[in-house]
Amino acid sequence: MRAALLVATVLLLTLLGSGAWAFSADDALDDPVLEARALKLHDELRCPVCQGQAISDSNAELARDLRRIVRERVAAGDSDDAVFDYLSDRYGDFILLRPRVKPTNYVLWFGPALVFIVGVGGLWMFVRRRRGPAAESAPTPLSEAERKELESLSRDDPQ
Amino acid sequence: MTQQNDETPPGAAPGQSAAPRRRLIFILAPAAFAVLAAVLAWQLLTGSPDKIPSALIDKSIPEFDLPPIPGWDKGLSSADIREGGVSIVNVFASWCGPCRIEHPLLMDIAAEDILPVWGLNYKDQPADAARWLGELGDPYTQIGSDLSGRVGIDWGVYGVPETFVIDAGGRIVYKHIGVLTRIDWDEKIMPLINDLKN
Repeated sequence: MRAALLVATVLLLTLLGSGAWAFSADDALDDPVLEARALKLHDELRCPVCQGQAISDSNAELARDLRRIVRERVAAGDSDDAVFDYLSDRYGDFILLRPRVKPTNYVLWFGPALVFIVGVGGLWMFVRRRRGPAAESAPTPLSEAERKELESLSRDDPQ
Repeated sequence: MTQQNDETPPGAAPGQSAAPRRRLIFILAPAAFAVLAAVLAWQLLTGSPDKIPSALIDKSIPEFDLPPIPGWDKGLSSADIREGGVSIVNVFASWCGPCRIEHPLLMDIAAEDILPVWGLNYKDQPADAARWLGELGDPYTQIGSDLSGRVGIDWGVYGVPETFVIDAGGRIVYKHIGVLTRIDWDEKIMPLINDLKN
């Protein structure tokens, strides 16, 4: 019984210690809904110092400051877009890990689809052209001379 | 191709007329790929990815009002900068090694007395900054102590040193990231300042 209780306690502590319950040096927001939103936003923002990382991943001091600012904006009632605007006004689109759909980013967003369509179209035309003429035009009928020659050939066959 | 096809007698191999066209594709496709690869390689290998273009170029300076560091009587506010005409804003900290490298150049610029050199003391203990300036000299017209780094974030600062060029209307015209060298100053920033002043 005691052992079971111990195992249960250890399990509970392990669960509490994982994932969303992770203890961080940041001051979390009291409201769990807002905190969850802030944490989601942290994953979407790039740390300007250690550029491959989201601010949620980074130990850089600036990343910590930015996490705090995101929490402040969220607590102040900003929408997700307003938070993104706030930071991209200061650090540019560079800070957004998910580029926005806007004219300067159209090539980025739609370029691959365009290349795909052009590629498939090109392939389709290529295949059609290779196959097309052979399939569509029936073999030219034999001329009278050719027919006679063919007949004479099969007739002359010694076997 | 269709024209050629019309001329060729019926029954002739269609491949004959299509051949030059198809050969062209075999040349064009790798050529297009090579061009694309060259552009991507160029982007990948040149320029420095650690220098992020500033989002504040051509925008007004952010509003702020910072206290002085101990021993200095004036802090720094956005109003000070707007009233100062064409100027530069230098973001520095005593903990920043490269700041020490560019410091003599800032002393030279201050000695020339051609424009205000505003100092933004970024995330620095005010006492450390005071000691640093006491030791090396103070090139700044006025210094604001941004202990929390909040004003720095409004300026889009992500590393020190950074230097901004401000026009007479209080707009950010240029941002230099990293150590400011004599060459940067003579070849890029000074011509820009001369343009702004005329």
